[in-house]
Amino acid sequence: MTDVTNKNDNTGDVRLSGISKTYGGFTAVHPLDLTVPQGSFFALLGASGCGKTTTLRMIAGLEEPTSGTVHLGDQDVTRLPPYKRPVNTVFQSYALFPHLDIFENVAFGLRRRGIKSVKKQVEDMLELVQLGEQARKKPHQLSGGQQQRVAVARALINHPKVLLLDEPLGALDLKLRRQMQLELKRIQTEVGITFVHVTHDQEEAMTMADTVAVMNAGRVEQLGAPADLYENPKTTFVANFLGTSNLIEAEVDTKSGDDIVLKAGGGKLVLPQARCTAPTTTGGKVLVGVRPEKISLAHADDAGEIPEGRNRITGTIADASFIGVSTQYVIDSPVCPELAVYAQNVDRDARLVPGAEVVLHWAPAHTFGLDAAQDIDAGIQEEAV
Amino acid sequence: MATVTEAPPLAPAPEKKPPRKRGRWTPYLLLLPGLAWLFVFFALPMVYQASTSIQTGSLEQGYEVTWHFSTYWDALTEYYPQFLRSVLYAGSATVLCLLLGYPLAYLIAFRAGRWRNLIMILVIAPFFTSFLIRTLAWKTILADNGPVVEALNTLHVLDVTSWLGMTVGDRVLATPLAVVCGLTYNFLPFMILPLYTSLERIDPRLHEAANDLYAKPSTTFRKVTFPLSMPGVVSGTLLTFIPAAGDYVNADLLGSTDTRMIGNVIQSQFLRILDYPTAAALSFILMFAILIMVTLYIRKSGTEDLV
Amino acid sequence: MAFVNWLKRHFVVIAGLFTLGYLLLPNVIVTIFSFNDPKGRFNYEWQKFSTDAWTDPCGVSGLCDSLTLSLQIALWATLAATLLGAMIAFALVRYRFRARGAVNSLIFLPMAMPEVVMAASLLTLFLNMGIQLGFWTILIAHIMFCLSFVVIAVKARVMSMDPRLEQAAQDLYAGPVQTFLRVTLPIAAPGIAAGALLAFALSFDDFIITNFNAGSTVTFPMFVWGSAQRGTPVQINVIGTAMFVIAVLLVLVSMLISNRRNKQKA
Repeated sequence: MTDVTNKNDNTGDVRLSGISKTYGGFTAVHPLDLTVPQGSFFALLGASGCGKTTTLRMIAGLEEPTSGTVHLGDQDVTRLPPYKRPVNTVFQSYALFPHLDIFENVAFGLRRRGIKSVKKQVEDMLELVQLGEQARKKPHQLSGGQQQRVAVARALINHPKVLLLDEPLGALDLKLRRQMQLELKRIQTEVGITFVHVTHDQEEAMTMADTVAVMNAGRVEQLGAPADLYENPKTTFVANFLGTSNLIEAEVDTKSGDDIVLKAGGGKLVLPQARCTAPTTTGGKVLVGVRPEKISLAHADDAGEIPEGRNRITGTIADASFIGVSTQYVIDSPVCPELAVYAQNVDRDARLVPGAEVVLHWAPAHTFGLDAAQDIDAGIQEEAV
Repeated sequence: MATVTEAPPLAPAPEKKPPRKRGRWTPYLLLLPGLAWLFVFFALPMVYQASTSIQTGSLEQGYEVTWHFSTYWDALTEYYPQFLRSVLYAGSATVLCLLLGYPLAYLIAFRAGRWRNLIMILVIAPFFTSFLIRTLAWKTILADNGPVVEALNTLHVLDVTSWLGMTVGDRVLATPLAVVCGLTYNFLPFMILPLYTSLERIDPRLHEAANDLYAKPSTTFRKVTFPLSMPGVVSGTLLTFIPAAGDYVNADLLGSTDTRMIGNVIQSQFLRILDYPTAAALSFILMFAILIMVTLYIRKSGTEDLV
Repeated sequence: MAFVNWLKRHFVVIAGLFTLGYLLLPNVIVTIFSFNDPKGRFNYEWQKFSTDAWTDPCGVSGLCDSLTLSLQIALWATLAATLLGAMIAFALVRYRFRARGAVNSLIFLPMAMPEVVMAASLLTLFLNMGIQLGFWTILIAHIMFCLSFVVIAVKARVMSMDPRLEQAAQDLYAGPVQTFLRVTLPIAAPGIAAGALLAFALSFDDFIITNFNAGSTVTFPMFVWGSAQRGTPVQINVIGTAMFVIAVLLVLVSMLISNRRNKQKA
């Protein structure tokens, strides 16, 4: 896998080299190389069981890798037990000590390292997460959001080189989750510590992280900045797992300059060569992808007004759901069933109702091409809660 | 980049994995002292008892292993009435415990509200008065001419029970009824506590759901509550029946020579008559009888995760 | 008809309270008869009110000695059984090892065995080994049968404990020893306390196994048993009543304290 960027100070780098984990016959993580640069907010994104938590636990020292090494900066920590690693974790469902109050929970790490005067530090830390008033309460007396902040404070007070977050927002309701995402991002910017964040929520990963690694079946599928991953997915899994993609099977027809011309059904689609990761021999199959919000919808009667040079597909509206800011259409086309189109509700065309004949059109530059040998449905998930 | 053709298999939850390999000997060191204790003072004595049961000899000349298996046969033919009586009394006490204990456990679990803790304390607190003292109190309660016996007499209950052979004449004390009554009393908490534990786990909304789906209260109980409380019923009946079958205190204090149970025989053979081979054989027969009954019972009720 | 309906609706309450009465009646009798002044040797019939026994609870020879002995044995048996049992429970929940099934049966069997069988076989062992019956044989026996109950109580608590708590402690610089002392032990404490309490109650009140393995040593239950044959002094009822009252008071006080603490914090 690729290095992201390199800043001058690298003591907070996390470097995984050839790290893997097998349980009996099952491989949870295939040999993996990954570097997380100092000070970045890095997200490991994937469905449950993809190996992201195992990877995180190997960095924390809670899981011993079957092969490979873990480096923090220049220090090899592969064989160090968790209590000797300058790394702290915000656990899934927080793992706050139920028998200790908030103050003692936060002071736990300091006390274990033999620091005597912890009062000032703990109070400052509780202020940072806005829990100064709650210091003497027990964890079960706090709300979910407050518990979450205690878990962050308890880890951060130790000034770890890396903070690991294992689905830290999974137990919160949607509104609180959005709020905590911004809060965590603020804290990260403030303290400047490397954050490695494990989540199954693609929106969360994209909102918070500088760099996202999408994991699937124990491997990293693709790594990059959120916008880059979204606009240029390199596999069907990434295309489907991050947001929604329309994937259309097509056949390579001709090449003209920097573009590839493809045949899909009766029509032709244009795809920039640079945005295609698949081999493109004439007659070969390619999956043509386009995001639903890039597609414009025109009633069949207005087909003549569509500018030249845009990709177009005809179809029938199968379903339309109004969700406020936008309307989501499902369109059946001879080329591909169930295409998704998201249209902003600026000027709503009253003719666009189920049953209407429509033309879908989008700029070729918004098209991407994927290897057709893959499972076209990989990464499509049940709606995450 | 990997080509993905199908959904990833579910990884085993990492948290549930047994801990790291460090300290491979720790579990054995933790287990050793306790298990050694159980082995030497529970398992080993069973072996000694097995060997005693096939010995012959006398106290004066000493005993020797002679593979004298007929001790078992002799013990069975001589004491089968006591065996049958033990099963009968313990069985009746178990059924009575279930009938008496279920409503109370149900009351604590669903209807007691703020009285729940108080009732729980009242169920457990009698434990702190030695059970022998409490059993002796039944001598007063069931005394001839006492209010309980008078009432039963007036209501002609004693006529029915003595026709059934449960009582003798106008007396309750020194009859099978008194023994069963004492056994029921002694082991009732062992029925109530597991019943309560399994009833308490039932979501009260299930009752509402059953009512909503046209079940009368009695149907709700038969079709929802009772089946869900089966683990409690099974462990409660076991915790009652097993100690009741081996008990000799109630038969001794509340009964007569006609109500002797197998526990009484084992006790007197061991501690008074000092016929060790017969006593050991009887003890073994009791153990196997109970193990077989319990195994069959657990098989039948399909609850194997009792421990 | 209205009455029948009322009866139907409150059947559970009525039946439940009847059972509760059945459970508590002997305690009421024990208490009342602790104020009796019986005519003969036995305290089964009411004669007249007296507080003699309450003013002189140790007035019967051997009674208070047997009580002290029972308390001593219960204390030692509780200590040993809790220590050994908790160790087994931790091993069962936290580690993987060979012969787990055999270990589980060795722990389960003593609870599924009639006491008289264990008592008799233990006596055969002691007789064969030529061990003098007395304090030590009683203690050995009590530790043996309390052990399994402690294992069950502690195991339940440790099993319901989130393993992430221990991982969190390790992550926060606590080594194995510190993790155990600061996190595992305090969280398992209620289970250990429950196991210890159960062991104490079982040992203190045990009669059958003690009866077989005591020799001529007299514990409190043995004393009561003996007096049932020879004559029951009123002081037995005094002790029984006192223990009941103390137990209920202790529980009530601890409940009040925990209630108040919760209210203060809330």
